[in-house]
Amino acid sequence: MATTEIGLDHHLSNHDDHEHHEHHDNFFTKYVFSQDHKIIARQFLITGIIWAIVGVFFSVLFRIQLAWPNESFPILETLLGKWAEGGKMSPDFYYSLVTMHGTIMVFFVLTAGLSGTFSNLLIPLQCGVRDMASPFINMLSFWFFLIAGLIMFSSLFLENGAASGGWTSYPPLSGLPEATKGGGMGMTLWLVSMALFIVSSLMGGLNYIATILNMRTKGMTMFRLPLTIWAFFFTAIIGVLSFPVLLAGAILLIFDRSFGTAFYLSDIFFKGEVLTNHAGQIIEGGSPLLFQHLFWFLGHPEVYIVILPAMGMVSEILSTNSRKPIFGYTAMVYSIMAITVLSFLVWAHHMFVSGLNPFVGSVFVLVTLLIAVPSAVKVFNWITTVWRGNIRFTPAMLFAIGFVSMFISGGLTGIFLGNSSLDIPLHDTYFVVAHFHIVMAIAAGFGMFAGIYHWFPKLFNGRMMNEPIAYIHFWITLIGSYCIFWPMHYLGMTGVPRRYFSFNEFDTFGVYGDLNVFITVAAIVVFCTQFLFVFNFFYSIFYGRKMKTLNPWKANTLEWTTPRELGHGNWPGAIPSVYRGAHEYSKDGRDYTPQHIPDSQLDNYNPIIAEAVK
Amino acid sequence: MISILAIISVFLIIVILFQVSKIAELVTEVKGEEEAIIRNNNLQANLFIIFLVVGMIAAVWSAIHYSPLFLPASSSAHGAWIENMFFWTWMATIPVFFITHVLLFWFVYKYKGQPGKLAYYFSHSNKLEILWTSVPAAVMIALVVVGMNNWYKITGTAPDDAVVIEATGMQFKWDLRYAGKDNVLGKKSVRLISDANPFGQDWEDQGNMDDFLADTLHLPLNKPVLMRINALDVLHSFYLAHFSVKMDAVPGIPTQFWFVPTKTTRQMREELNNPEFNYELACAELCGSAHYNMRKVVVVDTEEDFNKWLAAQSPISTMFGPNAKTAENTTADTTQTNITSL
Repeated sequence: MATTEIGLDHHLSNHDDHEHHEHHDNFFTKYVFSQDHKIIARQFLITGIIWAIVGVFFSVLFRIQLAWPNESFPILETLLGKWAEGGKMSPDFYYSLVTMHGTIMVFFVLTAGLSGTFSNLLIPLQCGVRDMASPFINMLSFWFFLIAGLIMFSSLFLENGAASGGWTSYPPLSGLPEATKGGGMGMTLWLVSMALFIVSSLMGGLNYIATILNMRTKGMTMFRLPLTIWAFFFTAIIGVLSFPVLLAGAILLIFDRSFGTAFYLSDIFFKGEVLTNHAGQIIEGGSPLLFQHLFWFLGHPEVYIVILPAMGMVSEILSTNSRKPIFGYTAMVYSIMAITVLSFLVWAHHMFVSGLNPFVGSVFVLVTLLIAVPSAVKVFNWITTVWRGNIRFTPAMLFAIGFVSMFISGGLTGIFLGNSSLDIPLHDTYFVVAHFHIVMAIAAGFGMFAGIYHWFPKLFNGRMMNEPIAYIHFWITLIGSYCIFWPMHYLGMTGVPRRYFSFNEFDTFGVYGDLNVFITVAAIVVFCTQFLFVFNFFYSIFYGRKMKTLNPWKANTLEWTTPRELGHGNWPGAIPSVYRGAHEYSKDGRDYTPQHIPDSQLDNYNPIIAEAVK
Repeated sequence: MISILAIISVFLIIVILFQVSKIAELVTEVKGEEEAIIRNNNLQANLFIIFLVVGMIAAVWSAIHYSPLFLPASSSAHGAWIENMFFWTWMATIPVFFITHVLLFWFVYKYKGQPGKLAYYFSHSNKLEILWTSVPAAVMIALVVVGMNNWYKITGTAPDDAVVIEATGMQFKWDLRYAGKDNVLGKKSVRLISDANPFGQDWEDQGNMDDFLADTLHLPLNKPVLMRINALDVLHSFYLAHFSVKMDAVPGIPTQFWFVPTKTTRQMREELNNPEFNYELACAELCGSAHYNMRKVVVVDTEEDFNKWLAAQSPISTMFGPNAKTAENTTADTTQTNITSL
């Protein structure tokens, strides 16, 4: 096993060597309480997909309210019971939906679906490792995630409904159990669920960092790592450093709500009386702004936790399918690093009009706009990667191209919002909703789809997803997503505030009746289209076409040297060694030069097909 | 019933599409993969170009079509500076948006794959990296400099002659208190609030004697206005869309925002040709179930009209204070004793 047999071939005949990795698992240890990183990746992904259906469905429900605020839909009463009496949704329920949509999509779909799924799947496979540094903690990471999810889910069925203070849960709204309908048990469960989720993220993140730093195969230097791994690495660092701050923030809020402390509360007159402590003294000295600082110290890095893995996967997919090296590999690594460092220094740009000292705000303006620089570098490098390529339009490639488009469109509006003076009129309007959905939610979603289509054979025993249906899925999702979020910029230019149950109470904001209907119809179409994907996904797990070769995309990275059906341990024989960087396509007349083939054997493996293009 | 039918038909469409795709996939395998790849590459490349062209036209058309609905030119002095910044930021971003998208989709179209062809090996160029690091950095720094200049002007100290008005947010309304003739807001505290002293004013403070309440936010034309903003229960945000004014109302932490209104309500009605037009005050920070419904009308008067309106207001102290003259005198008396005992 320890032999350095170079050029380990990927023939299926190696199955006999499998013996010493067999664990004789039963169903429970193999699929439920599994410590195999690939199974854990599947668990994260499938849980994430279920959550995505729930989370997006919520957005369809509240979009219906926004499009037709005066009409009643009897089906809503059938579905929702007392929350939509007479077919009209109550404001409390609307705000619960908004809150749950945000929480679910950010944490349970995008964080788990990207970092949870693909870090788990790809870090061992692309670094040449048999499993994570601590498979047991990795398993716990999923189970904490699942429990967090179940608690969040159960809060949907409470008598008074789920939390409705927004996904940001700013106190005092979230600190006073009676301030909102779901502010009691709903909010408590929200906080408990978040605390467990953070524990899960930390365990995952520590594992990713330890595995990448310590366990790479022979020859895999840091600067030979695929960009996916770099992205997962920095994502994990961000998570490990920023999630504990949110945990602290959430625990202090739990204390304020349940144990009579006043970290966030001060001078409050509520429901006809002054808020007092057990001794009848007025509660003062707390600061609602403190929570905002703690929340956004995670909250902003969180968007990079979501977008960096997508960026990494998109880099890999663009390079592989353009048959070109990723342009400016080193620049790409340093730009991820720059984004990581800067991401910790921009949190207060969410707080320009919160009462923050204007000088502090100005520092955050500078850093916020500076983060546009590494982002711009990445975009230009992606575009140059495609230039003079030989592009293969796999479904993953389409979503990767869509990702770049979304990232440009959404990134540019960030330049407006990051500049504090411009943020005054735009803050908390639909301009913000458009911005972050395009740059972070849709883009990250595209990254996730790209990753799923690309690595599906590695996730599910060498099966492929149906491609024609994937193309339909891509085009409707791309066009539909723009149709949903592009018009929201216009609402923002009219100053329409977000988190409004109805716009018709104001002359100023009620002018977009037709456009709101258009957005809702687009949202419903996009939502229905996602079932094409869901069908395709679950169907292909069992009946998908088997890949014809072990390396269907002719990629350079190590995961394609593993057998079709991966056992625990990934490589039946020795782990391949690495001789070069991960993105050497079209070099020296060769279509691709896999990482694990030494120079001397390249001609046998992969003959020159053409004169190198100069 | 219709909804159920709709759901069923969506489901059926998905199933049909799925079956068709499966057949398409099988046909591909029969007909030969290489040909199918070329055909697909052409199809997708063409779709990207169509998407680029139609998308750009739709973006420009819709922006022009909906621009009459955007907020009119700002009605405050600093709003004009912000509009200027908007202009320059659009100038910096719109070309980037078009150029990068055209390049992206054009390259995607032009370099669609052909079997047997080799791509151009081009792994890095320090010159290019330096170029597209330094140009965005320079543009960003220029935007920051302009932004900071405006930011410090906007958030700087209010002029001494600013009319002082207090807005207090609560679930789910705004209380508006004017500083009165002395232009000083009297002290107040949540611990003083009672039925007899609904705003928690400290009647020992003479500043309170001439403070008055208003149901409509009246503002004088071309005079600085200093809004003192606070909240009783949860976060709110004092939001005047037409004036580019937004500041959170935070329990326990008073905030402020000063600005100069530059157009009267009447001027706006003429400008927009809408006799019904009113400036509006809204809440912009989620504060509970009726967050969307915290409207107050805002009126900008000429200074003359504003002063007339001021003169017609009667101080809160005449209703609740120690010198209250109304029928609620008795309760007011008890309040006073309460306060002195504090």
